[in-house]
Amino acid sequence: MTELSNPTPSKPPRNQWWDVWDQFKTHRGALIGGIVFVLIVLTVFVGPWFWTIEATHIDIRARNQGPSLAHPFGTDQLGRDTLARMMAGGQTSISVGLTAMALALFLGSLVGVLAGFFRYLDGPLMRLTDLFLALPLLPLLLVMMLLFREPLNAAFGPETGIFILIVFAIGITSWMPTARIVRGDVLALKEREFVLAARSIGTKNSSLITRHILPNVLSPIMVSATLGIANAIITESALSFLGLGFPPDFPTWGRLLFDATDYLQQYPERVFWPGIAISLTVLSVNYLGDGLRDALDPRVRGR
Amino acid sequence: MFQFTIRRLILAIPTLLFISLMIFLLLELAPGDPMAQVPLTVPPEVKEKMREALGLGQPMHIRFWKWIVQFFWIEPQVFLDYVFGTSFSEGKLRVISWQTRSPVMDIVVQRLPQTLWVVGVAYLVGIIIAIPIGIYSAYKQYSIFDQAGTFISMVGYSVPPFFSGVFVIVIFSVNLGWLPSIYDTTHVVRDWDSFVVQLRQMIMPVMVLALQITAQISRFMRASMLDNLNQDYVRTARAKGLGERVVVMVHVLRNSMIPVVTVIALGIPSIFGGAIITEQVFKVNGIGQLLIGAIQANDLPMVQTLTFMFAVLIVLFNLIADILYGILDPRIRYD
Repeated sequence: MTELSNPTPSKPPRNQWWDVWDQFKTHRGALIGGIVFVLIVLTVFVGPWFWTIEATHIDIRARNQGPSLAHPFGTDQLGRDTLARMMAGGQTSISVGLTAMALALFLGSLVGVLAGFFRYLDGPLMRLTDLFLALPLLPLLLVMMLLFREPLNAAFGPETGIFILIVFAIGITSWMPTARIVRGDVLALKEREFVLAARSIGTKNSSLITRHILPNVLSPIMVSATLGIANAIITESALSFLGLGFPPDFPTWGRLLFDATDYLQQYPERVFWPGIAISLTVLSVNYLGDGLRDALDPRVRGR
Repeated sequence: MFQFTIRRLILAIPTLLFISLMIFLLLELAPGDPMAQVPLTVPPEVKEKMREALGLGQPMHIRFWKWIVQFFWIEPQVFLDYVFGTSFSEGKLRVISWQTRSPVMDIVVQRLPQTLWVVGVAYLVGIIIAIPIGIYSAYKQYSIFDQAGTFISMVGYSVPPFFSGVFVIVIFSVNLGWLPSIYDTTHVVRDWDSFVVQLRQMIMPVMVLALQITAQISRFMRASMLDNLNQDYVRTARAKGLGERVVVMVHVLRNSMIPVVTVIALGIPSIFGGAIITEQVFKVNGIGQLLIGAIQANDLPMVQTLTFMFAVLIVLFNLIADILYGILDPRIRYD
């Protein structure tokens, strides 16, 4: 038998996430997207510590101003600072996006894993998914907004109530793609040898799912997470734009855009700030998801 | 194939019934009283009569059954009467809107042409632009054209219609003053001049909708072309000396169109949904605007009927897409 030229590896073994990161770095769009998204989140959440004007502070003498040093983005028809309102609106929009995405992801993974793992649940759960996919989502969201707004407002206060309603409504109407993808992956994983090995040493179903199945379907879940954020932000803005989202004195990007369309003739630039913020966030998240999909796919990673 | 079609058609009926039940229950179980706006000075017995006049007197299951009968049995009869001049539906109660006290379907029929014109033209324009872009960016993968196409379709995905719509209004109506920002639905096309006016007011809504459609379909077209370009039959076609044009435009294109055609069919109902926002931005007096108006006016029969119609569209086009797939691709016949 020939000796190995190098019997002990000279380098310590690399964590696989370093490989993922290496592949992710080569996708320039994804890298820029990730940086832009982190920057937006930082600006929106940390920015108010440095830009101390209140988003609701009314200075009626300084209304309808253009960009200046005191107000870099100008002021609105009540003299409220647009930069402060943009940051406050971004906090709401991004929080809604992240929370609704988490809810949709939880529901989707749960349904997907259950349907893929337990054969007797597969039929009913997938019929349920098909049914939800056949629902007209935007009209239903609008109806839900209209019907449940008042009681939730009464129960939790106007802001928390509508936040819960929007997050719940978006979450419950956008879990289906995740469920389908996860189910497909679980079905394939279930037949692999390592699952058989784990089962043969007596692993219970619950720990089989959490130890062996879930870590292996993490990559499709992460990719749908990015797409879910984008979808949730757009849906929330659309609801606010149609006047059925957050109340008028509670800024979100969609609401700011909706309010600005009334002054389209006189101050067209006011529409652009929230519009660009929404589009840039969604664009960066989409690019991030694109890069993640490539980086997490071992077939692409080697090339 | 025939058996499969029949099976799917039969399966669609319980799906639709279940969806209609869900919509009904959602509207029914929601808190809130349609009579809440009536002044307190109206005596309770009058209020009770008003409630009955709205059809709210009976228990839930009877009202659901009545709505089903009205929607699936009486409305088709009205349609038959309208087409053939018969009188099947005379004296039968139709689905009545609470806002206008007139049949819901009559209002829908009035609003439908506007939506169909704008959305239909946008869909056609989107497809016509998307397919060549998809073909070329797959053929020259990773070229500058492909990179630009990827970027534009990413933008098309990411920019929501309520921003792209307002954006083009600012550019073309406010700054340049070329196009009207409001779609005039009472405009009648009589001669060339009025046709030009109609064309001008349709440009912007169509542009906004077409951007989204192009983004989606060109991506699908590109992916599907890429799948086929590396197949063995393409090498065979080149090896036997066929011209590049014939190889790409006949052999590859025809095979790549199979998934794209089904995606196009699947997208039609979602375009109706997306048109709600675009119609709102450009004040197009269509179905989407009718829905928003009905939701704000708490007009439950109208909301129920419209939402259910959207659901019917989705189920119908899912079915069409499945059947088209089987017809176009002999490998996936569902036998």
